[in-house]
Amino acid sequence: MHSLLLFIRKHWFVVLFLLLETGSLIMVSNSYSYHRSLSFNTVNDLTGGVFSAYSNISDYLSLKQANDSLVNENAALRDKLQSSLLITDTNFVYKDTLYRYIPAHVVSISVNHSANYIMINKGSLHGVKKEMSVVSTNGVAGIIIGVSDHYALAMSMLHHNSRISGRIKKNGLLVTIIWDTDDYHFGKILDVPSHVTLSRGDTIVTSGISMIFPEGIVIGTVEENNNNPNLDFSEGVLRFATSFKSLQNVYVIDNLLKDEQQSLLELENE
Amino acid sequence: MHLWGYVTLYPYLLFLILLRVDINKTILLLVGFTTGLTVDFFHNTMGMQAATATLLVFARPVVLNFYFKAIEFSPREKPDINKLGFLDFLKYTITLVFIHHLMLFFLEAFTLTNFVSTLQKVLINTLATTAIIMIIEMLFSRKKKA
Repeated sequence: MHSLLLFIRKHWFVVLFLLLETGSLIMVSNSYSYHRSLSFNTVNDLTGGVFSAYSNISDYLSLKQANDSLVNENAALRDKLQSSLLITDTNFVYKDTLYRYIPAHVVSISVNHSANYIMINKGSLHGVKKEMSVVSTNGVAGIIIGVSDHYALAMSMLHHNSRISGRIKKNGLLVTIIWDTDDYHFGKILDVPSHVTLSRGDTIVTSGISMIFPEGIVIGTVEENNNNPNLDFSEGVLRFATSFKSLQNVYVIDNLLKDEQQSLLELENE
Repeated sequence: MHLWGYVTLYPYLLFLILLRVDINKTILLLVGFTTGLTVDFFHNTMGMQAATATLLVFARPVVLNFYFKAIEFSPREKPDINKLGFLDFLKYTITLVFIHHLMLFFLEAFTLTNFVSTLQKVLINTLATTAIIMIIEMLFSRKKKA
């Protein structure tokens, strides 16, 4: 025992280094898997407040573009309003009443790491909870993984662990969307059945199967089709609909019937 | 700090590079760890900067000894650009920054596929961070009147 203590004292520099290094690597590995990353603790009013102050200034510089895209969105929403009146009949339930859209402002976003996150200025006090989906005016953006009182953190689609279940709009087949490159414009489409010809510009939307994203939200458009007829499933390249670099305003989608759906699933698993 | 979507700069390394040469080794390690952890907190990288900053700080005495054994440092003196001169300081900075980035990018990738592209990232980011550190150091180090 005594000689062990002497050894530690003699090489204290290396011992302390190994302790601290192991501690940091444990922290890194704890946030490595998707499920563990759901218990993110770095969101709080301190970091959120600092990022808010910074983004107040930088957003002012891009007010005009934000304005333009909001006007366009308003126009699209007005269109939807009129068309929904036309197809409503007594048996039709308009899907969007299942979902509540919480508008939020992006306070901090990264696009050039292999694990990118989006911090927004709405938190638990505004009704944001973990595993809610985040969408932009153009399409899917991410999933909430950490919430504090006034801020929330979302794992963006630009994350090496991100897997989103999608559907090819034109024929309804299920595919999976991941991100494994460095480019924030493009993602990868997996599990495309090889008999399907994907053309450039085909839209991929969310399938709604995971209960995280509502059905039918645009994920992106096909950029390239790497069809391999020798395999059952091929891959493709997807151009994301959301422009992550200039993301300022998002919506957090609250699935009002999620608890009900989940309790039904639990009944099934018993 | 992000540039053009490809390069992220870490100028906080200048703080660790400039710590005084005769600093207590325990304090050195703790300062390195805490600085890394604070930067982590704001980058949401949870532990990554703490790990690499600790490595940088651990390598510091080795690097200083290797390059500057011949140079006399008075007590409490910092290895800044006035003491070492431009080339020596560049040599010292680029070595430490390279070690830091090497660990950072490979830890972030966590895989050896795309080894070449990770290595490219390490090199480009090292050059960029070293450039910004040199600029900051040249602008803000006080020249002692001879």
